[in-house]
Amino acid sequence: MKCVVGIDLGSTTTKAVLLDERGSVLGQGITNSRSNYAVASSVARDEALTAARFTMLERAFESDQRMGSVETQTLLERLAACFRLEVYLAQLEQLGRVMELLLAGDQYGRHRSETEAPARDILAECIRDAPQLFVPGARRKSDFFRDLAGAAFMAGAERRAREGQVVFERIVALFDRAIFDVETWLMNVEFATLLSRALDRALPDVITDSVRSDVRDEIKAIVDRVATVPIEECSYVGTGYGRQTLPFPKEAVRSEILCHGRGAHRVFPGTRSVLDIGGQDTKALQVDDSGMVTAFQMNDRCAAGCGRYLGYIADELNIGLHELGPLALQSTKVVKINSTCTVFAGAELRERLSLGQRREDILAALHRSILTRAMSLIARSGGIRNEFTFTGGVCKNPMATKVLGELVAEHYGSDIVIHTHPDSIYMGALGAALFALDDLQAGRARLMLAQEKGIAS
Amino acid sequence: MAIAATDVSKDRSQARQKRMIADHFDKLEHAKETGKKVVYTFVPGNLTELIDALGMLPVLPEINALQSGMRKKSAEYIAEAEKAGHSEDVCTYVKCDIGMLKSGNVSPTGTRLPPPDLLLLSYTGCFTFMKWFELLKQEYNCPVVMLHVPYQADGMITDEMRRYIVDQLEQVVIPAMEQVAGKKLDMQELEKRLALSAKAEDDLVAVWESARHRPSPIDGYFGGVYYIGPIFSAFRGTEDAVHYYRELREEVTARMATGEGPTTPDGPTTNEKFRIVVEGPPNWTHFYDFWRMFSREGATVVASTYTRVGGLYDLGFRHDSRRPLETLADYCLGCYTNMNLPSRIDLIEQYIKRYDADGFLINSVKSCNSFSVGQLLVLRELEKRTGVPGGFVESDLVDPRYFGKANIDNRLQSYFQMLEGKKRKGAQ
Repeated sequence: MKCVVGIDLGSTTTKAVLLDERGSVLGQGITNSRSNYAVASSVARDEALTAARFTMLERAFESDQRMGSVETQTLLERLAACFRLEVYLAQLEQLGRVMELLLAGDQYGRHRSETEAPARDILAECIRDAPQLFVPGARRKSDFFRDLAGAAFMAGAERRAREGQVVFERIVALFDRAIFDVETWLMNVEFATLLSRALDRALPDVITDSVRSDVRDEIKAIVDRVATVPIEECSYVGTGYGRQTLPFPKEAVRSEILCHGRGAHRVFPGTRSVLDIGGQDTKALQVDDSGMVTAFQMNDRCAAGCGRYLGYIADELNIGLHELGPLALQSTKVVKINSTCTVFAGAELRERLSLGQRREDILAALHRSILTRAMSLIARSGGIRNEFTFTGGVCKNPMATKVLGELVAEHYGSDIVIHTHPDSIYMGALGAALFALDDLQAGRARLMLAQEKGIAS
Repeated sequence: MAIAATDVSKDRSQARQKRMIADHFDKLEHAKETGKKVVYTFVPGNLTELIDALGMLPVLPEINALQSGMRKKSAEYIAEAEKAGHSEDVCTYVKCDIGMLKSGNVSPTGTRLPPPDLLLLSYTGCFTFMKWFELLKQEYNCPVVMLHVPYQADGMITDEMRRYIVDQLEQVVIPAMEQVAGKKLDMQELEKRLALSAKAEDDLVAVWESARHRPSPIDGYFGGVYYIGPIFSAFRGTEDAVHYYRELREEVTARMATGEGPTTPDGPTTNEKFRIVVEGPPNWTHFYDFWRMFSREGATVVASTYTRVGGLYDLGFRHDSRRPLETLADYCLGCYTNMNLPSRIDLIEQYIKRYDADGFLINSVKSCNSFSVGQLLVLRELEKRTGVPGGFVESDLVDPRYFGKANIDNRLQSYFQMLEGKKRKGAQ
């Protein structure tokens, strides 16, 4: 199987998209950027390769006549969840190994004995409870290992600290040091092995006794075949904030401006204007009928009005980033926040709370404040032309999209079609992959200078 | 402008320019001993021939400020001025100059600058100039004479405007200068210099025009600021300038014949990938970084408006020794910063077409409203008229805090990749 790879190294998350030679999306992956870009791009790429194999599985199941009696979608969903569980378990085991190593180091000295046993117990609980996270219908706030393991580990640590069994700070410090090592640890467990374990978990859930055994064998055969078929990455393009740090030749590095425009246009071919609000930059783009960027503006000198602004506010209120939008939607009264500076907005937020204003109303005002900034950037780039696509991490926020819709209608009329897409965080990587495909077709394909081998290669 | 030669260019003309500048600063340092009077004045609409004809020496604070930026001194000078109470929003040329003054007024070549005997304020399209000299007047307590140059609000120079300036020259400016100089103006001396100006101007225009050639033998922005040095500052109307521009023209002609591109901080240009027109002043604190962002992408600037602030000779203006005062009036009125927005747009459009540019780029500097105002409008209008993509970056003149290297680099790379995409699409 031949494919091309686009990697978008953002300030907050790193994304990878794989396309097949026809330009269809095979898979996409995302991970925290951390402080190690090379690892982040490798992990994102592995995630995308995993997703690609699931796409191939789906294609194989669909083209196989004997699968008629099987709910293939259900099977795939379950298989994917079980695979995630297997990866999570493998990472938890690694976490345990790293903690043991850290505890054996000098710095724990006399605290080793009082930390070691509780840490082991907590980890054992995490492993024991892991399957619960992946049962059908289970809601996970995030699929990042740090978030999953962090939540489970903290819960265990807090309980033990309350019971006086352990010093909370000490055990958390141990976790914090260990998790970093695990995040930068590239799993060398065979993809096929993990998938095979996942299949053993998933099959009993999905395949009833009435399904003939030759169909079961067929499923296993397809999974084995797809898990081991070589995937050849023929062309790479990297983009995003950390692109200069990627082990890519200069020709394989493209500006995120072009990639975001191209990606948005690929998903919504009618797109002529794009707004992308990421972690620390906001881009306003105009594209032509082929997805080429014709004009753009970016924020610089100040990152107020970007995703981090909302992150900062969420931290101030001690709530999750994903909770901001839904809370703001419950606003019943219009208040105005004047600060465009993130830090000042935080101060203003505290002041207004102390005056008794409702959190929901203040949050709504903060959303309006950042989108107003975005609107001025769009105006500078040449305004909004039909159709208009909103991408980047912030478009996942329902209040942000609502406010943007209102502002667009107010400034550019109500007949502007506005697109957002659940996968819009991948637009940059998708655009990069499309450029990689162009390069491949034009005989200019580039590979990474040092291809790090990951889990699924 | 008047930039001391670096290893960027080893040309003979460059060495000559370096000698000219060193010699000039040397004269300034000894001005008090030699009894030479010193006139501080501005680049756009400067009256160099008149100053020289009266035997006085010009000092150009703008050029000192940009030199300080290039020599990495501007940050401390600006801090000095801010400490003295000048706000963050004041033009950084002004603050840099004030800070330099307060730090001992050491010139770019290390010599000491003499205080002015006269502040000659030729007010051309920049209101800040007036405030700047108000501040210097307080510092130096010397006479100020103002030449008010009416703005080309309707995009043209009328007889009334010309008459208004000539009247000021006759009734106010020249008498005030004569008083400081301690002698009467000899019209023949002025005419002689104006004739020399026109000669140098002919050669400078030929240098600008060479950029129509492919590959362009010059960079008309980063390289261009060196080329305008002598003519925009102390040397217009001198034999030195005539020699310099003759030599420069010969060098450029030779490069054209051999198909050589301009010399960049990384050596000679080998591949001209993009031809760009640039609007707005350069950033001086990161001048070479900024230049490299172009040269490394194979982008040569074929024309720029900044190199026309001290005169639009390529539109046909020449100093005319037969109408000495009228020609000075026309010169002052015709500077780029004295043009209204529609005229600026017309000019850039003409450059884009004449120099067959792939793109045009605006560097919007925080300090300078006479440049920055309306630049986004300029961008849109030019895109509409020419179909050539515009780019936009923001920085400042000499305040290093406003040069976000990573951001500017990112924007420029995006811009050049956009141009590349357009080229590829066109080729299909």
